[in-house]
Order: sequence, then structure tokens, then C-alpha cells
Amino acid sequence: MTLATTAATGATTGQPQLVIDNVFKQFGEGPGSVIAIDNMSFDVKPGEFVSVIGPSGCGKSTLFNIIGGLLDEYAGNVLIERERIAGPHKAVGMVFQEESTFPWRNVIDNVAFPLELQGVNKSERLDRAHHFIDLVGLKGFEKLMPSALSGGMRQRVSIARTLVSGPQILLMDEPFAALDEQTRLLLGDKITQIQQDLNQTTLLITHNLTEAVQLSDRIVVMTYRPGRVKRIVNIDLPRPRTSDVVSSDAFGHYVAEIWSDLREEASRGMADTESVRRTAPRG
Amino acid sequence: MAKASLSQGRALPMAVGVATIIGAFVLLEMLLRYGVVNKYVVPLPSQVLMSLERIVVEENILSRIRETAYEMIVSCLAVIVLGVPIGAMLYRWRPLRRAVLDWVAATAAAPLVLAFPLFLVMFGRSPTTVIVMSVITGLAPIIIKTTEGLLGVRPVLINVGRSLKMTDAQMFRMILLPAALPTIFSGIRLSWTFVLISVVGIEFLINLGGLGQLINDLAERYDLPGTYAAIGFVILVSVIFFMLLERVEKWLRPAK
Repeated sequence: MTLATTAATGATTGQPQLVIDNVFKQFGEGPGSVIAIDNMSFDVKPGEFVSVIGPSGCGKSTLFNIIGGLLDEYAGNVLIERERIAGPHKAVGMVFQEESTFPWRNVIDNVAFPLELQGVNKSERLDRAHHFIDLVGLKGFEKLMPSALSGGMRQRVSIARTLVSGPQILLMDEPFAALDEQTRLLLGDKITQIQQDLNQTTLLITHNLTEAVQLSDRIVVMTYRPGRVKRIVNIDLPRPRTSDVVSSDAFGHYVAEIWSDLREEASRGMADTESVRRTAPRG
Repeated sequence: MAKASLSQGRALPMAVGVATIIGAFVLLEMLLRYGVVNKYVVPLPSQVLMSLERIVVEENILSRIRETAYEMIVSCLAVIVLGVPIGAMLYRWRPLRRAVLDWVAATAAAPLVLAFPLFLVMFGRSPTTVIVMSVITGLAPIIIKTTEGLLGVRPVLINVGRSLKMTDAQMFRMILLPAALPTIFSGIRLSWTFVLISVVGIEFLINLGGLGQLINDLAERYDLPGTYAAIGFVILVSVIFFMLLERVEKWLRPAK
């Protein structure tokens, strides 16, 4: 039995909040088809921070879209509190890789947007929006338009907007991908703090090794195409955790351990990309 | 301090604009006076300015502006009321879009104004003819730009809406429309240009109503300064229209 199946069958302690059970996704049919995800299984327990890491093109974003309910046609099951999800689920709050603030709304109106949809009265939604703006460290920026903010600040607005509706599971797809390393580390601190304050169940999809180790309780390492669970690594670093942890020996040990797995997959991915380039018609 | 610099920031471009117009007038006046440009084709700017009072007093300019402005307002609102929903419909139904979008684009290039006898037969020599023809002339850009704007909405914004389980109507009203608004406004600007030209052009052609008819009358009397002064009033009305549009756009798009 592999580590992955151990996790999926719930052999670990605690009742999982999110279960990915033998999920399979293929794009297209016939000779040109691509298997993006091949029988992936793992789970996430309440309050746990799990990262899914893999090389580019391994199907991470496909998995994100399936769990978020944006991709309907797949085999297997995604269960939240034992209920199979069909379409976007109210328990899941999604943070996207691309910048996703609404440029026509200021910070507070962006954050309060989900509450507006729920019909929450104005004073309550503004109160709640203020709370989450404060939580992501944007107090004082409420009236600014996204165009006046940096990339990191905009991503924090997106995170606050997702958290304001109180999702049981926070699902993030490489939310710091477009940011510089320093901002990434500082935002990582912010996410860790929020996750600990709210005891927020979080699933992070990323290709960044240090980010995954800095933030996670467990890391699911994916193989390059088709995406399978290669290994699940428990990160036994002390909490509360900050970005200072990156200078510790234990951190370096985890990074080296996961990189040895990831390197093999990333090399396969690179070789695959190069062979496609070589065979592609020139001109 | 900030207010002072803001008003200074607005005043300077306005001053440059006014100075440019005055400069062009002075240059044209000199070219005409020294015979570089033929005085019998282009009147002296000073004569045009002198004729303004005459046009206002003798030609009932306010009533004519009112007539033209009425046709322009109705036509401009009609192109929005018709064009945006048609553009949204073409966005929503791909087969329909693929079938008709090229035809819509073709109508933007077609000289529809030449079909005025047909409209005269249908609606008579009336403001309705002017309005209907102007609306048809101005529809294509707004339809095309609305479709283009909606198609260009970043998929991640749509995914945010989907993740929040928004209904189709909510998605359109709260995400698609505001996201497409900048492109829709460039369509409105184009459409309004077509409409304003068309209103005055058709008034001129069928010799009816407002400023277009006045230009026609003055041109037939070979009153060149008066003709150019009347054209100046058309420009004034157009400027007011586009200033209003800019205000509305700023109000709707504070992030611009």
C-alpha cells in the first residue's frame, strides 16, 4: 500500500474534511488525448494545511479546478464532509493564481462582494469586510482601487474576499506565483498567521518548494504527467511558524528530501517539453 | 494644496487647447489675407466670428439646436438601448455570433445614408426618418464592441463568479458588464460619432429641421461665414455630448 492510499482510506487519525478519492481526468479522446490526473487520492483534515506540489504541467491546476467544482467531468470522487461535490461547493473558498480583484470596485467593496451576493445588510457586510481587511494587513487601504495597490496587496484583497464568507476549506492555486521572493515569504507569514488564527483548513496548489515547506503540515508530491501521488510528506516543523523557519536545518532537510523526488519529475517534464519542441514543425 | 494642483492640472490642458484653436484661427486668417488660401472657398475666421450674432438672431439658432439635440439624444440613447443587448446576445449565443457578426461589421462600413429615399418613403420627411437612419448608422460599433468587451473578460473573473455560485443574471450584471464597460464605452463613443454625423448629415440631405437644414440653407445662399458659423454650432453640440459621455463614464468607472 502506498502512502497515498494510506491517506485516502483514512488510516491517519482524525475525520477528513476533504477527500480526494481515485480522481481521474482525461482531456480529449483517442490518440491525441492527455491524461491529466490518474487516480489521485489523499485527504485533508480539519484545520490542516496541505500543499500539493509538482512540476509544471503535472495537472495541479486541473486538480484545483476539480476540487473547486469548476471542472465537472471527471472520474472518482471529491468529498466534502462525505458529500460528493457537483459544481462549486459553498464550503470551498477559492483563491486563484491570476490577479482576480474586480478593478471597478475599491478594496472594501471587493472584499464585501460575496456578502453582497448573500444579501447580508450593508452595515454587517462592511463590518465583516473591515475585519478581514485588517486580518490580511490592509487596514487603511479600504477606499483604494486595486489599480493603486501592488500585486501582493491585490492578492491579499483576493484572500480576504475569499475568507469573508467563512469557507470551511480554503483552496489556493499558486496565489503567490506572480510575486517576488520577499513578498512571497512575507505573504506566507500572513497566510500562516491567518490559518492558525482561524484554524482554517487549507489546500495549497503550488510548484514552489520553499513555500510548500514553509506553510504546510503535509505535502502531496505529484508526478509529472499523468499526475499521480508520488509521495506524501509530513512536515514536522514547530507552530506557530514564520518565515524565519526557512533558515533552520530541519527546513533545509525537508526541502532537500522533497526536491530529490521533485527533481526526477521536473526533469521528465523538461525532457518532454524539449522533445515536443524538437518535433514541432518549424516556421 | 492638492486641490490647487488638481485645478492647475486641468487648467493647463484647457489653456493649451484654447491657445491652439486661437493660433489655428490666426494662422488661417493670415493665410487667407495673404492669398495663400482662396477667400472664396474658405471664409475669414474673423468673418465667421462676426456672423455668429447674425446666425443667432436671424436664424433662430436655439430652436434649431433644440431640434438637432433632440434627434441626437433620442438616437444616442437608442443605440445604447438596442446595441448593448444585441451585443450581449451575440456574446451569449456563439452560432448566432458566428453567423452575423461579420455582417454587422460590414454595415458599419456601408454608406447607409444613401438609402435615405427608402426611409423617406417609410417615415416621411420627419424627425423619425433622421432618428431611425442615425440609429441604424450608429448601431454596428456598439454591437461589435459590446460583444468584443464581453468576450474579452478575463476568465479568472468569471471563475470567481462561478466559485461564488452566481446565477447567470448576477454574473452578467456584477462581473461581465462592469468588466466589459471600458470596451463598451469605446463602442459608445464610436457609435455616437456616427450618430452625430448622421443626424446633421441627414438633416442636410433632406433639408429638414435643425442645424443640418440651416447649413444647407446658408450654403445655398452662398453665405460662407454663416455656413461655417453654423458648423461651429454643430461642433459645440457634439462637444457637449462627448463631455456628458465622459462624465457618465467617470461616474460608472471610478477606477479608470
